[in-house]
Amino acid sequence: MLRTRLAALCAGALLTATVAVGAALGVAAPQVTIDNFTFGPKEITVSPGTTVTWLNRDDIPHTVTDAAETKTFASAPLDTDDSYSHLFATPGTYHYFCALHPHMQGTIVVR
Amino acid sequence: MDTTDKSAGTDRRGALKCMLWAGTGALWAVVGGVPRSTLLVGSAQAATTSGNALTFMQISDSHIGFKNPPNADTPGTLHEAIDKVNALKGNASLLIHTGDVSHLSRADQFDTAEQIINGAGLDTHYVPGEHDVLEDNGKNFFARFTKGAARGWYSFDQQGVHFIGLNNVQNLKAGGLGYLGADQLEWLEQELKGRSPSQPIVVFAHVPLWTVYQEWGWGTDDGAQALSYLKRFGSVTVLNGHIHQVMQKVEGNVAFHTALSTAFPQPAPGTAPSPGPMKDVPPGKLHSLLGVRTVRQVNGNSELATVDTTLV
Repeated sequence: MLRTRLAALCAGALLTATVAVGAALGVAAPQVTIDNFTFGPKEITVSPGTTVTWLNRDDIPHTVTDAAETKTFASAPLDTDDSYSHLFATPGTYHYFCALHPHMQGTIVVR
Repeated sequence: MDTTDKSAGTDRRGALKCMLWAGTGALWAVVGGVPRSTLLVGSAQAATTSGNALTFMQISDSHIGFKNPPNADTPGTLHEAIDKVNALKGNASLLIHTGDVSHLSRADQFDTAEQIINGAGLDTHYVPGEHDVLEDNGKNFFARFTKGAARGWYSFDQQGVHFIGLNNVQNLKAGGLGYLGADQLEWLEQELKGRSPSQPIVVFAHVPLWTVYQEWGWGTDDGAQALSYLKRFGSVTVLNGHIHQVMQKVEGNVAFHTALSTAFPQPAPGTAPSPGPMKDVPPGKLHSLLGVRTVRQVNGNSELATVDTTLV
């Protein structure tokens, strides 16, 4: 009985902690929402080996494209409600943008 | 470039400012090297030009495949625009489409657009929008719509006017605007070298070649270089799309005009959080936006009269 209650308390605390840090270290599956020609959050930090998912909630297609000369990730065009995921294995700072609307930019920090 | 030609009856700029519709094109007449617009007429009586004056039409941003508010039927509104083209074309020689023919570069979307647009029975010249080159580096668009120009830029002559189609929607850089690139600029420079400055030039490209609104990407990174090659010509008309509204600018001998979309309107710069479609247009309002402004020649003179005709 006590153990169950303790387990529930711990789970609750862990959930709270996870929610509190939001899109930072510790979140298993961080998500970036695309809406109103914006990536939100604009910058997130994840640990190596994390898969980041982008979800397009805008009514216009967008892409998620590595801004580097040699692109390590580039999504197909994402229509409304399409999503794209990429596993960031290597530490580094990854600037990306929308290839259709290049003024839309975001960053993934992997460390 | 005369922008307040009173002999045309209506101030051209004013007439164009009053154009609040989507779903129609603009009729251009080049008389003596100076393009004058005649807005599409609701009846069969189109403004006519005499002699060897060139007349042509422009549509833009048909976005076939888009189905969100305010327009669930982009093929329908494109069809309406082409119906108007048919009713009014008179002696128009050709039609220009300034890009975003499709919404997602899909073959079925290209098919639908082409079928509807062919209904105008006019020689049609296309340049790509960013929505047209999403697959395979735009290969399918170029094969279908810019035959013979594998990279989407080309030129041709029509009744003494030199037309140049440009592609400024590929290899876009993060944080940037539209982009022409070194190869295309070099081609453009060669294109124009040795041409008489009195030859009227019409340049058409999807993204505005001048900076309309940096924050929304409404401009071309290396547009200034292209414009520098055009500076010495006496009459240059730049036709663009992309922003789904009419904006104009005159700089020396160069007149810039952006076009309305046949699919949906977009907000004026800075009047909304983003440049996306204006969603909250009531259905009736959209139809009235899809209406046609009639500009007629009256009594055989060059006076133009304007009449608003809605679709409802």
